[in-house]
Amino acid sequence: MDLAIFARSVTLVTEKNMRIYYYKGAVVIFGLLFPFLMFFTFFIGRNLDLTLFFPGFLGMMLFFTASSVGPLITPWEKREKTYERLLSLPVILESIILGDLLSGAIFGIIITLIVWIVSAVFLHLPLANIGLLALALLLGAIAFAALGTLLGSPATDTPSNIMILSSLVRFPLIFVSGIFIPLNQMQGWERVLTFFSPLTYLVDLFYGALNGTAVYPPFLDVLVLVVVILLFIGCAKIIQQRNLVTGN
Amino acid sequence: MEAIEANNLSKSFGSVTAVNDVSISVKKGSIFGFLGPNGAGKTTVIRLLTGVLTPDTGSIYIGGVNINNDPLAAKMMMGVIPENGTVYGDLTAEQNIIWTAKFYGMDRTTREQRAQEILSQLGLTERKNDLVRTFSKGMRQRISIACAIVPSPPLLFLDEPTSGLDVHSRRLVIDTIHKMNNAGSTIFLTTHNIEEANALCTTISIINKGKIIATDSPEQLKKTYGTTHYVEISFRQSVTEALFKDESISRVERWGDKWRIYTNDPDHVVKYLAQVAERDHLSIISIATSGPSLEEAFLQLTEVA
Ligand SMILES: Nc1ncnc2c1ncn2[C@@H]1O[C@H](COP(=O)(O)OP(=O)(O)O)[C@@H](O)[C@H]1O
Ligand SMILES: [Mg+2]
Repeated sequence: MDLAIFARSVTLVTEKNMRIYYYKGAVVIFGLLFPFLMFFTFFIGRNLDLTLFFPGFLGMMLFFTASSVGPLITPWEKREKTYERLLSLPVILESIILGDLLSGAIFGIIITLIVWIVSAVFLHLPLANIGLLALALLLGAIAFAALGTLLGSPATDTPSNIMILSSLVRFPLIFVSGIFIPLNQMQGWERVLTFFSPLTYLVDLFYGALNGTAVYPPFLDVLVLVVVILLFIGCAKIIQQRNLVTGN
Repeated sequence: MEAIEANNLSKSFGSVTAVNDVSISVKKGSIFGFLGPNGAGKTTVIRLLTGVLTPDTGSIYIGGVNINNDPLAAKMMMGVIPENGTVYGDLTAEQNIIWTAKFYGMDRTTREQRAQEILSQLGLTERKNDLVRTFSKGMRQRISIACAIVPSPPLLFLDEPTSGLDVHSRRLVIDTIHKMNNAGSTIFLTTHNIEEANALCTTISIINKGKIIATDSPEQLKKTYGTTHYVEISFRQSVTEALFKDESISRVERWGDKWRIYTNDPDHVVKYLAQVAERDHLSIISIATSGPSLEEAFLQLTEVA
């Protein structure tokens, strides 16, 4: 395989996704408005320390933005019948999966960075470790963009079905990831539940990077996120490969 | 080396066998037509050949490259116009073409130049900055074609390229096929339109129920499977079927203002008609003879199977 052709195909799929899907209603609503609404609903009328909860908010922001583009792309293209043509171009499945993933990750990074910079300026947020923050942004964006790509993989040409599925998967995660209650204040089965949410480890990284109050050592968070990334991409590939066999 | 070499392709969807042990060999520079009724398996074969669908069994070589081993190299050689596939409605005509060209590694100057050339060739220059979403079916199909031919691919696949198009778009499509072929591209097209296959293709494979039942040049297919000739005649005066009474005439049909007279001996029928016209003082507006048709061959083959 010619790596230059492959790299080009990934870039071009990403370019196409950025031009078309960043502006779709579902992405703007679920990716952008939703996390803000969630946070303000939680925050307003309660006398909470914003700085304390900000890492959780940033994690939720990155989680929703990065994972909202992927579920839309493939179902949308199957419905519009552009998917068939895309597949016949010089691409392989990996070009499409990585292109979808990258466009989600870039969306997540851009929006989350803007939110962080604006908030940091106005709220005088702490910053404990900028290198760790960059790593958290990058790994979190890739991990949840990979989740988005995975969610968009099942055979369907009805984007709304996939949007429902992805809400069902994503929504519960924000309640078991140490966003609204910091991890170290959770006990028993509540705490056990958080083990299973990949978002927990991203939020923990943000706590470490911003407030310097991580619960787990950074390498553990990083390790979990890397494993999760490989798992999501692997599953997306298996599902999409099967679609090429069934023709759906 | 052949442009396409496919061996023993089979593909089932659940209990439906869409493609059943199909082997295809397409010579470089030819216009190969895949002719068959709806549901025969044409689209499935194109999807297999273009790497959009994975075959159950069989191997595919595109320009000598096994598409299974090196899909990118194989796809670099082809342009595809899918049956139901379309370009991006959220991009402009020009953006679609340029974006497609980039996949094939065309540099900026070449692709800009080629895009303008194709846009004008397909009569799209004035709408090049409009979103494709706003285009009519015929114009969308032209954009689809524009994207497929922008890299000047050595191999061009077209799945029912003219079906459902108005006369002008259809003409443009056919001209484009000829142009690409003259410039050296091998063409693989599917159609259920017999006249089109007859007019365009150098080789035709007839497919029915997932199996290829005959492969040959259109003329050879007619010669092998068709037998009847006909003579078509029209008179200034109105006449009745009773006029055509001769032992060489097997059947007479009315075709608008013409009469179509089927026979195995057209020479004799023409002479007979001239005689009758002379005798009854009829003036002939037009007369033409026609050999066995591809339609006849097609019907015979697909009915038997
Ligand atoms: N993805 C699919 N899933 C199930 N059946 C399919 C699929 N694609 C095609 N078929 C079936 O395979 C047969 C051949 O279809 P197709 O290749 O589209 O025929 P054609 O293009 O000659 O009209 C049909 O019976 C069709 O219903
Ligand atoms: Mg078809």
